[in-house]
Amino acid sequence: MSAITYKSGREPHAKEHRVVFRNIDRRGWDTSIASYMGEGGYEQLKKALKMPRQEITDEVKKAGLRGRGGAGFPCGVKWGFIPPTNTKPVYLICNADESEPGTFKDRYIIHQDPHQLIEGMAIACFAVGASLSYIYIREEFPEGAQILERAIAEAHAKGLLGKNIQGSGFDLEIYVHRGAGAYICGEETGLIESLEGKRPYPRIKPPYFPAAMGLYLCPTIVNNVETLCHVKHILEIGAEAWAKTGTQNNTGTRILCVSGDVQRPGYFEVEVGKVTMGELINDMCGGLKAGRELKAVIPGGSSAKVLRADEIFTVGKGDSARKLTIWDIPMDFDTLAACGSMAGSGGVIVIDDSRSISWVLNNINNFYAHESCGQCTPCREGSLWMKKITDRVVAGKASPGDIDTLEGVARNIDGRTICAFGEACSWPTESFVEKFRKELIADTRPELEGAIVNAETLTAAAGL
Amino acid sequence: MSLAVPTDLEKEIDERITHYPVSKRSAVLPVLHALQHHFGHLSDEAVEWTAAKLELEPIKVLEVVTFYPGFRQSAPGKYHIRVCRTLSCAMAGSYDLMAALCEKAGIDRSGVTHHHPIAVSEDGRFSIEFAECLASCGTGPVCLVNDDFHEAVSDVNVLLSQYP
Repeated sequence: MSAITYKSGREPHAKEHRVVFRNIDRRGWDTSIASYMGEGGYEQLKKALKMPRQEITDEVKKAGLRGRGGAGFPCGVKWGFIPPTNTKPVYLICNADESEPGTFKDRYIIHQDPHQLIEGMAIACFAVGASLSYIYIREEFPEGAQILERAIAEAHAKGLLGKNIQGSGFDLEIYVHRGAGAYICGEETGLIESLEGKRPYPRIKPPYFPAAMGLYLCPTIVNNVETLCHVKHILEIGAEAWAKTGTQNNTGTRILCVSGDVQRPGYFEVEVGKVTMGELINDMCGGLKAGRELKAVIPGGSSAKVLRADEIFTVGKGDSARKLTIWDIPMDFDTLAACGSMAGSGGVIVIDDSRSISWVLNNINNFYAHESCGQCTPCREGSLWMKKITDRVVAGKASPGDIDTLEGVARNIDGRTICAFGEACSWPTESFVEKFRKELIADTRPELEGAIVNAETLTAAAGL
Repeated sequence: MSLAVPTDLEKEIDERITHYPVSKRSAVLPVLHALQHHFGHLSDEAVEWTAAKLELEPIKVLEVVTFYPGFRQSAPGKYHIRVCRTLSCAMAGSYDLMAALCEKAGIDRSGVTHHHPIAVSEDGRFSIEFAECLASCGTGPVCLVNDDFHEAVSDVNVLLSQYP
């Protein structure tokens, strides 16, 4: 194998540990199967087809691979939820509906290394016994959908998909299914409804846990793009070696995407928990913009609770308790949860002191109001109310009491909906109000307190 | 009025339907995508054609069309622009980009509402709408023009001149 070189200006940072992103921005690399097989591509699938299926699931469990889509749920455990007595067909769906604001990792895997994903999927399909599988890709990746379809055709032509793969007796068809611009399709039961040709209204759990009752009410495994890619690498180096990267209970590598107010936004594959927020922002992204100070960070996609720059976080219990500043936080699942937020989808949005907090929150509220599927009343109405209130705050037409109303609305959504969108849309408001109440109130006008809020009184009150 | 679907397109659609051996209804989205790609938008006739093709009541298709932001029921311009509106792109200037594009392309967005998000230029060359997060937050502001993706858009003249 020749040494890997990367395109100029696209070289990985020294603190990166490239596994899934090994071939991203690589010189001389393309999306063809020749490029992929030239470096041992599909060898892990061939190996897997000779293994007992349970052994593959056991390896993934032993590796401790946690889902990279947002929830961080152990992948092997999820596979193990398929009822042992099941006699129905099993389906596997790759969730390529990447749409959590701040997240842009799957895009690069799909556009630059599609065969890695297909090999990971094929191994996973064999492990769970799925012979029909779909890649649910967001509609806004039209080129990505074509690249994947080409890659699937190439794999077919080489006998790596289709009937009786490599003489193993295992059949597998993978199809690309394009969404149509709805964020809720990233929620796995919403995705399944969408794949059934319906509005993507999420299903209630229980009883509709996909591993038991998913697509066409059959056991269905839904995994994120990055997660499925890792399956291939776990087989390649073995669960034990794979689990040596990262930290305890937060094993492996993951891709962090940084956007917002940094010198060099971008994507970085790091060992989970081995890089701190400070290293990520200051070393890997070149720090904040000149003359600016950090105000806040949203650490795991826009639904993750915001962290304020001057907070002191206490993590761990008893003797192992320690205090961390925002800069000290290791970027892993458990520490970010202990800090009151989440690692989520790995999308880190950095906000400096030039930004108005009301404007940031209003932008986020606009997103969730637009994307609520409308099935549950607290979310459908509440997400819109939160948007309307912050619309007024940024327009200078809100009263201080509106901030309490805003918080009240958020707290009445959280926990009262069928799917986790309820939390996703209310956590930003809950955390922004909790941590930046003074700044939000500073953008309101006390003289509007108690005013009847309609177009006429607003116009009069604003002196227009 | 029935829909004039060219033979090649119908063949492509029939092939797509085979991807769903368990339930033809699953093919609603791919059939609608194929029709919208060809006709520019989804007319009532397109909804009825899809329903007949998949042996569904038309309402089962219409409810899908009206739900998903990716489907449109009115004709866009020759080039349809989708500007990312969400946080990282907004921080990188996507609202200014939208204003500059509208000015340059001669588009008036004052009539835009939640249910009618698309505005078309008078000459029909361009149409535009805001899209939610296009998943390229590190290279904002970004937009799609038909199926072409553009990152870190700074010069609207350069962008629009590619689309005669």
